[in-house]
Amino acid sequence: MGIDVSAIFQIAGIGIIIAMIHTVLKQMGKEDMAHWVTLIGFVVVLFMVVRLLNDLFREIKAIFLFQ
Amino acid sequence: MDIIQLVGLGLVAAVLILVIREQKPLFAFLLAAFTGLYVFLALAGKIGEVIAMLQRLADRSGIPGIYLETVLKIIGIAYIAEFGAQIVRDAGQESVASKIETAGKVFILVMAIPIIGVIIETVIGMLPEGG
Repeated sequence: MGIDVSAIFQIAGIGIIIAMIHTVLKQMGKEDMAHWVTLIGFVVVLFMVVRLLNDLFREIKAIFLFQ
Repeated sequence: MDIIQLVGLGLVAAVLILVIREQKPLFAFLLAAFTGLYVFLALAGKIGEVIAMLQRLADRSGIPGIYLETVLKIIGIAYIAEFGAQIVRDAGQESVASKIETAGKVFILVMAIPIIGVIIETVIGMLPEGG
């Protein structure tokens, strides 16, 4: 399996740190920067999720659908 | 002992999701999706072993391959549709989730058409001629 359990902690850590950065930037009055940070963090995590989703779908295809 | 690992993973992930949901619900959703993916992926390997055994049995008993293949495809469709529907339901989109489930049912029905046809042919063949 390509991705191990630590990826879950990575995602949780990214989420918490992004929330922190968001709060700090908001306090500094840089609303738009805060939103960009959130968006980029979201895209990074989305990439991880999509990669695992690809793994799962390929595995299911190999096991069930004979393709 | 894989089950203990998976249950522990689920508990830890649930706690992390609760923590993150306060700040960023989006990340909490992605984390839930990731955890679900991981568990399903861990299960897929185990199911593969069972299916390999089923295939060996079917080969030995001489059942036409199309039947087992159809059944496996149906199970796979159910697996994927259930997973997708659960993830979407987690995101709070109940209506989209039920559409996904409906789509899964329709695809399963389409997969089952050849088998239903064979059953009907068999029944017609058993009917007495000119009755």
